[in-house]
Amino acid sequence: MSLDGTLIALVALGYLGLLFAIAYVGDKRADAGRSVIANPWVYALSLAVYCTTWTFYGSVGRAAATGIGFLPIYLGPTLMAVLWWFVLRKMIRISHANRITSIADFVASRYGKSQLLGGLVTIIAVVGIVPYIALQLKAVAVSVGILLSDPATAAVGQGANARSDDYALYVALLLAAFTILFGTRHLDATERHEGMVAAIAFESLVKLIAFVLVGVFVTWGLYDGPADIFRRAATHPQLARLTTLSAVGGEYAGWASLTLLSMCAIMFLPRQFQIAVVENVDERHLSKAVWIFPLYLVAINLFVLPIAFGGLLLFPQGRVDADTFVLALPLHEGQLALALFAFVGGLSAATAMVIVETIALSTMVCNDLVMPILLRLGLLRSAGSRDLSGTLLGIRRGAIVLVLLLGYLYFRLAGEAYALVSIGLISFAAVAQFAPVMLGGMYWRNGTRNGALAGLVAGFLVWTYTLLLPSFARSGWLPMEFLEHGLFGVSLSRPQALFGLTGLDQITHCLFWSLLANVGCYVGVSLFGRPGVGETAQGLRFVDAFSGAANVPQFWRGSASLDELRELLRRFLGSARADEIFASYGRQIGWHAHAPAQADAALITFAERELAGAIGAASARAIVASVVQEEPLSIDDIMRILDETSEAIAHSRALEQKSRELEAATAQLRAANERLKELDRLKDDFVSTVSHELRTPLTSIRAFSQILFNDPDTDLPRRKEFLGIIVNESERLTRLIDDVLDLAKLEAGRAKWHVTTLDLRDIVADAVAATGQLFRERAIALETRISVGAADVAADRDRVMQVLINLLANAAKFCHAGSGRVELALRQTDGYFQIDVADNGPGVAEHEQQYIFEKFRQAGDTLTAKPQGTGLGLPISRQIVEHFGGRLWLRSTPGSGATFSFTLPARFAAPASPLVREAEGSPK
Amino acid sequence: MSRMTPTGQRLVALFLLGCLLLNFPLLYLFERDATVGGVPLLFVYVFAAWITVIALVALVVERGDPDEPRGRAPRGH
Repeated sequence: MSLDGTLIALVALGYLGLLFAIAYVGDKRADAGRSVIANPWVYALSLAVYCTTWTFYGSVGRAAATGIGFLPIYLGPTLMAVLWWFVLRKMIRISHANRITSIADFVASRYGKSQLLGGLVTIIAVVGIVPYIALQLKAVAVSVGILLSDPATAAVGQGANARSDDYALYVALLLAAFTILFGTRHLDATERHEGMVAAIAFESLVKLIAFVLVGVFVTWGLYDGPADIFRRAATHPQLARLTTLSAVGGEYAGWASLTLLSMCAIMFLPRQFQIAVVENVDERHLSKAVWIFPLYLVAINLFVLPIAFGGLLLFPQGRVDADTFVLALPLHEGQLALALFAFVGGLSAATAMVIVETIALSTMVCNDLVMPILLRLGLLRSAGSRDLSGTLLGIRRGAIVLVLLLGYLYFRLAGEAYALVSIGLISFAAVAQFAPVMLGGMYWRNGTRNGALAGLVAGFLVWTYTLLLPSFARSGWLPMEFLEHGLFGVSLSRPQALFGLTGLDQITHCLFWSLLANVGCYVGVSLFGRPGVGETAQGLRFVDAFSGAANVPQFWRGSASLDELRELLRRFLGSARADEIFASYGRQIGWHAHAPAQADAALITFAERELAGAIGAASARAIVASVVQEEPLSIDDIMRILDETSEAIAHSRALEQKSRELEAATAQLRAANERLKELDRLKDDFVSTVSHELRTPLTSIRAFSQILFNDPDTDLPRRKEFLGIIVNESERLTRLIDDVLDLAKLEAGRAKWHVTTLDLRDIVADAVAATGQLFRERAIALETRISVGAADVAADRDRVMQVLINLLANAAKFCHAGSGRVELALRQTDGYFQIDVADNGPGVAEHEQQYIFEKFRQAGDTLTAKPQGTGLGLPISRQIVEHFGGRLWLRSTPGSGATFSFTLPARFAAPASPLVREAEGSPK
Repeated sequence: MSRMTPTGQRLVALFLLGCLLLNFPLLYLFERDATVGGVPLLFVYVFAAWITVIALVALVVERGDPDEPRGRAPRGH
């Protein structure tokens, strides 16, 4: 059973038409400002342009030969995606800042806008990618052949291959026409193709769905699930071998080199650069793409092994090419619709690759190869050519046709001899040559133009010699002796065993030698040469893209007439676009009614960057230079500019540092100031309270003295009474002043402490004796309970005594005379000795408990009742206790007495010698 | 990369982890005559390790740090 050729053609054309419609809508919506691709999912899907027919057809073929040997090609991009966060983001940042539109442009721009370098990269890219294009042509041509052939006859693969040469040319021409329609409809200054990206994302969906459907059909339609397939395969020794690692060629080195190769490919394939960097609309999309894209790779590879094993089980070895299983299996089972859909999937894989790759290559060929040549020949300067955007489009279209025809040529020359994957790997090895100059350019300032040239040339030559030429030789276009015995029979020059290096597969072999030559020349020549002016400036701009791109100075002085500059832009970008650019620049800068006649360096740079978007950095540089009177810079000038810049950067860093320090200092000062204000307020309070407290006794002393003074007739008993009051008040005044002075000394830390080891039991006894009179007078019972054998503490005897007497006196004062009871207890708690003085007086109200230890706060209503003390006893006591490392506190239930307790740290086995020392500071 | 953010450091670690898991010699550990649900252990392992790495990357970048992305921090100039 086979499919009708007309039907296949209709389906293919219909599919291409659908793509075109999607691209058209995408472009229209982009123009209207409602971009369809401003979405991380679309970005991630469009990145899947990585999966070509190599993946769609070739992976199965590779798996049928090497088991999981097809996987490194997808593991590499997964690993690289993890690093995209740094590498790709930097690439995007650099490219958008410099209007870079291709790899060639990137390399040329980085190394001083070198036309030579841009041209070289373009040539390497075109030559390197041609086999890859050939792969797509071969795959589509073969797939058409398969659909047209009759699978019932014995040789599905052979029959297809015989005729596929003819199809390949048609496919190439069709794809060329389609790409021209698609990608070069108009010249876009930004080189962005939103419609194309939308179509590519759609194609990624189509190929994924098609492949998964075939996978599901094979796994569950032909067999009874994956377990069934692998169980059957296990019975064939040859198939069983595929489930082991020995099937994977090259082992350690082979696996690692394929991973490395694909890591380079995902970054440096022209189409990947186009999609990932040039077409990126928002670098934040990366954070989704770094996991969606690898997940896509997993999904499209999930069924590779089941299809490969299923095909091998169904078709006897060699009868059907494993590269065609995806089509041959549904076809063999008579599932024509599924086969046709699989064909569309393969077609979408091929067209996506071809469209993006050829657009990227045509941009390079036009901007970095043809333009510089035309400029050299002086063809673009003739006044006759007014608007060159048509010429540019023409060049690009020519380049697209050229690339596809080269692909066809390679397919005819070498395509038959290799499986799909092997052809693709040749291209991967070619683009890997870009890795050193690209990565070096982004992270190493000292890479020079000459180093990049040397590295690329060396790597490219080694690649050509060890991989490309052998592929021709195997196809019979070069004598096989060349492969077997080397150039002129020198065996050391055998291209696949260079210098006698054997034991590696050809890809690993090529990768090793070419990267060795590449990196060696790049680094070596860079280190032993000196970078030019432009290279240094661009190097800074690229390497410091994240940190200080805006700080890179203008290494350039010159001026041009504004009209000439405008004329130039009009010629390459068209009038409308050029005028718009000037207008927007004018708005930015603030030209009002009229623009100046002379363009300054900033405007010239701006114009050059806009132009670079259309024709590449190197060509833009050359063209702008033609209308600018440039003042050459001497090396001294450059050094001065560099010094100034680095000095400015250093100053700015220093300034940032200083300002941070200043902020910290300010914060400290503010805190200190707050504290001082608080202290000041406290001092004011204190002074006013003290004055008030002093005035009360003074007032009564004065009042009674005055009475005695004014009235000499006062009788003796009254006189005695008044004089008694005066004496009492004077004593109180003295006590008050003593206390105030004492507290001031304590607080200022100027108090003298005579610290000795003393036994608290003695203190208790002495204090009880000293206050005995007071208790007896008020008829209050005092009970002492000492529950320790010894109570040694290190403290000032007089001070501790003062505290204890104060507490006892307070207790005596507040108890009711007659019925009062005070209990004094000395006991030991862990590490401390604690003294409790408990009374059965009225207690202290809840709200007073918290500030009874403040200065001049006394329990009870001081307004109505006559104060019974100075109000300083407790604060002083607390200061003293805390100075010795103890605590003084109050527990009280109003109505049933109060307990004042204090602790002092116990001192065991202490030296008995008295210690006299000054207090170091406030005891707090 | 002196000023690498936590996210950056995690990603580098995941890159190294991926290089380790999806490469020789660890692959040899799973080249056994065993199957998981009928599928050879080696195949199951490779895909499982692959998906695990991707899942961890997704976790790291989607959770992220509030001050990300790196390099976007305003500078004093």
